[in-house]
Amino acid sequence: MTARLARTTSSLAAVVLTAACTSYFEIPIETPIRPKLDVSAFQRVFVAGFVAGGTEDVDGNLETTRLLRSQLRTKSELRVIDADALPLMEVALDGHETPAATNVDKPGDKPSGPPTIKDDADLEPYEHVFANVEYWKRIGEEYQQPLIVTGTVMFAPQARSGIVQRDQEVYDSFGRRRVVPVRTYMERKGFVLKPKFIFIDGRTGTVLHSENYREEILYNANQTSPALSSYFELMDRLIPSFLSTLSSQRIKGTRILLQ
Amino acid sequence: MRLFSIFAVFLLTLSATPLAADARGDAKKQVEFGIAVAQRGLWREAIYRWERATQIDPTYAAAHNNLAIAYEHEGELDKARAAYEKAVELEPGNSFIKQNYELFKEINDRSTRQDNQ
Repeated sequence: MTARLARTTSSLAAVVLTAACTSYFEIPIETPIRPKLDVSAFQRVFVAGFVAGGTEDVDGNLETTRLLRSQLRTKSELRVIDADALPLMEVALDGHETPAATNVDKPGDKPSGPPTIKDDADLEPYEHVFANVEYWKRIGEEYQQPLIVTGTVMFAPQARSGIVQRDQEVYDSFGRRRVVPVRTYMERKGFVLKPKFIFIDGRTGTVLHSENYREEILYNANQTSPALSSYFELMDRLIPSFLSTLSSQRIKGTRILLQ
Repeated sequence: MRLFSIFAVFLLTLSATPLAADARGDAKKQVEFGIAVAQRGLWREAIYRWERATQIDPTYAAAHNNLAIAYEHEGELDKARAAYEKAVELEPGNSFIKQNYELFKEINDRSTRQDNQ
């Protein structure tokens, strides 16, 4: 506590001392960020759909497709193609052995639709579809050779318990309020979002670039939060990075000019 | 002989101090002009002024700091990083420079982040 107080006091003193000795001016700036991918050869973008899994409460394929299209429509110069999302799971399984975890309601029933994807390992049997050059070239021809955005989305519930530090208000005998850090054991639950965005050249069918992300959110175990709102909260965090792959961004901020 | 050496050093110090003060004074004029034009949105002119300031007085941390901000605004991120690093090197205890540099790094890391997981 004493060391922490000393650190806080010294950093405060540094700020006060610097401010006292220097003339300074706050100025707004906009930093332009160049896109990671050169998309100048494309006029259109097609968010083709995703192989998604994790929870049944959120359709990761539909929601991600819809969200990325709306973001690209307003924040990129590419024209967004409106078309149904591709049935990538069926395409991936076509001609391949069906994975073990299938949607079977009762023993003896035939599988009804694609298998359920519960974790990262379940995604593996579908990964090969993104390397199917002929398939993507055909899709590219169909939609006038756009940039194709596809990939995988894993959105799954998770639970974690452990020691957490949180601030607690305390009042001393004079009624003065203080905030002190308290370490407590907590059961927490929430969601983890792990999307992999793959960018495919619609002219050649080859993968141009891919990006993996991982975001998680945890709540108190007694707090209930809808899966869909957690999904959007997590997507909000990584959307700027996704957009900066395709289009230049201007990031607003302020800096301090010194005399 | 020893007395002569001390006297010579003293004379040299006396003659060098106004030179350094002149350099800082000239550089300061450039920095002030740069701030005035940057506040009116004339960032290219500000860059020219602050580059002049760093040439006149390479030890002037504020000039390097301002130059870094201007480069950042113009999207010249490599130059901005170099200028911030120079400013921090010259005045490691300056909390304004450190704060500017931290904000810059946050943006720069975001722009260069690929396959982050």
